[in-house]
Amino acid sequence: MSAPSPHTLAALHPGDRATILALDAGQALRHRLAALGLRTGRTVSLIRRARFGGPFHVRVGTTDLMIRIPDARRVQVRKA
Amino acid sequence: MKRVALVGMPNTGKSTLFNRLTGAQAKVGNWPGITVDLYSAKLLLGDEMVQLVDLPGIYDLRGFSEDEQVVTTFLREQSVDAVLVVLNASQLERQMQLFAQLAQFGIPLVLVLNMADEAAALGITVERETLAGWLGVPVCLVSAKRGQGMEQLRSQIVHALRAPAQALSPDDALIEAALKATVHVPAQASHKLTERIDRVLLDPWLGLPLFFGVMFLLFEAVFWIGTPLQTALADGFSALRAAALDPALAFAPPVVSGFLLDGVYNGLTTVASFVPLIILFFLAMAIVEDTGYLSRAAFLIDALMARFGLDGRSFVMILMGFGCNVPALMGTRVMRSRGLRLLTMLVIPFSLCSARLQVFLFFIAALFPPRTAPLVLFSLYLMSIGAAMLTALIFKRRFENSDPFVLEIPPYRFPTLRQVVLRGWHEVGHFLRRATRFIVAGVVLVWLLTNFPASAAPGSVETWAGHLGAWLNPVLSPLGIDPKLTIALIFGFVAKEIVIGSLAVIYAREGGALVSAIAHDVTWVQAYSFMLFTLIYTPCLSTIATIRSEGRNAAFSVLAVAWPLTLAWLVSFAFYQAATYF
Repeated sequence: MSAPSPHTLAALHPGDRATILALDAGQALRHRLAALGLRTGRTVSLIRRARFGGPFHVRVGTTDLMIRIPDARRVQVRKA
Repeated sequence: MKRVALVGMPNTGKSTLFNRLTGAQAKVGNWPGITVDLYSAKLLLGDEMVQLVDLPGIYDLRGFSEDEQVVTTFLREQSVDAVLVVLNASQLERQMQLFAQLAQFGIPLVLVLNMADEAAALGITVERETLAGWLGVPVCLVSAKRGQGMEQLRSQIVHALRAPAQALSPDDALIEAALKATVHVPAQASHKLTERIDRVLLDPWLGLPLFFGVMFLLFEAVFWIGTPLQTALADGFSALRAAALDPALAFAPPVVSGFLLDGVYNGLTTVASFVPLIILFFLAMAIVEDTGYLSRAAFLIDALMARFGLDGRSFVMILMGFGCNVPALMGTRVMRSRGLRLLTMLVIPFSLCSARLQVFLFFIAALFPPRTAPLVLFSLYLMSIGAAMLTALIFKRRFENSDPFVLEIPPYRFPTLRQVVLRGWHEVGHFLRRATRFIVAGVVLVWLLTNFPASAAPGSVETWAGHLGAWLNPVLSPLGIDPKLTIALIFGFVAKEIVIGSLAVIYAREGGALVSAIAHDVTWVQAYSFMLFTLIYTPCLSTIATIRSEGRNAAFSVLAVAWPLTLAWLVSFAFYQAATYF
């Protein structure tokens, strides 16, 4: 096992894949993220970023999501 | 009668399934202790009648959003004999947790895996019967959109009601093991066509221009198809009156025939002639929403919205508001942050709704040549968005947003004709039910105000309406709004649907005669100023009632009425003074 690098989802580039290590969020947000598929251990890939600092388009399993940068910063990942 | 509830996450086709099971005969109703209206319908299953209730779409039962509370309260306090848990068959890994949470209520469950056609296209297979064995509940694979698997679903519901099975208390480990054993997802399960389309529609450079282009074309199309239909219907109503109603009431006292024909008939038919346009509008809205393009719009526009203290969902609700402000206001319930929700609710009433559209189409057709008409309408849409954004900028610090912005982007879907028509049918039915109450009361009130006291000539300045208009004249004449138009504005407060109807009474004319009377009476500058005021000044009574019931704050309701009124006056004043000066 390699040590987790200090990445968050917000640092990924389009085309990157990463494994979710932890969710730095309160219980309510963690429940919402889990319901949408963002859970520890899942693989997430970044599809694209909207212009002008807009949300990220990510894919977890068969679900496509948009997530804003401040929320993406709460998702700690290890790049695959 | 046995009761069955539908529960599921957003974007699982729950409402489509409800419509598929019940047809077009669903009713909106309220329930004790429940804060929202719920659709329900009776249907024959096996040999007994069953009531099916569509509960709001939710992600989770552990949260505190209003919709989650509605579902929890309903399942606890109403007697529910079975719950249909609707999940997207291609997203079971994340959606099954809702099933686990629902199992804790101890109500018999039927697991409905919807969008089976989509899952199959992705190469996903589900061993239905084995999964049912793992979970201890019946499992159905259906496509509500295409009507596949419905017979099996019906018989499973009948079975669940006769011999209720209790779900084996499913924990995360059990569910994970069950899914691993029965659901097979290929390594590369993605929607290829959706990816190709998104590469264009979500392109960093093309995305936004394409979005505004799509919106512009949509409004052009609605206008282009709708206006001839509207004219034909209005002419038909005039012909019916001349041929049948006038002779039939010729022997009645003038007060009675005046009340029935100039009051009720004129008002109702003028509004009814706009129905084709409203239907077209809702059909167009339904297509944009059901294809999945609306969530792309939210993605594209979010960076801009964040600057205004709103988010992509606010923008989607504002777009919904272009159909009708009332459902858009109710839709803000998905927002957990109260600040964001109130700010969105303050902004939505500036959306140029279909009722205001009637007024504008009428005035534009009366005063602008066909070539510039679509441009004038488009400018009003831009004004509508401008007023909304200005309001958000001014008030964003008062209503701070702390809501996470994480939303699903569904694959592109081709809505079926049935889906679009049913949606349009429900929306129009809802609209007409709501509008008719106001129209009948409002138009009769206008007729009374414009025909009494009996000594005054109908519609003249000696009537009660004339007094009211004269009293407000010092405030509204700097905007170019004359006393007759003032009376129309007063009734527009009740509902925008009756503005044209009231003008028909005030001018004692209808159809083409009303158009030429107004064109003769009012300049285009006055008409545009009037339209600006109508666009901004105040939402209809139903909108105010919704703001009151959803916001639950008297001071907020007052702000939601007072601020638009102030802004309307300022904008119309600036336009009229500038346009008459230059």
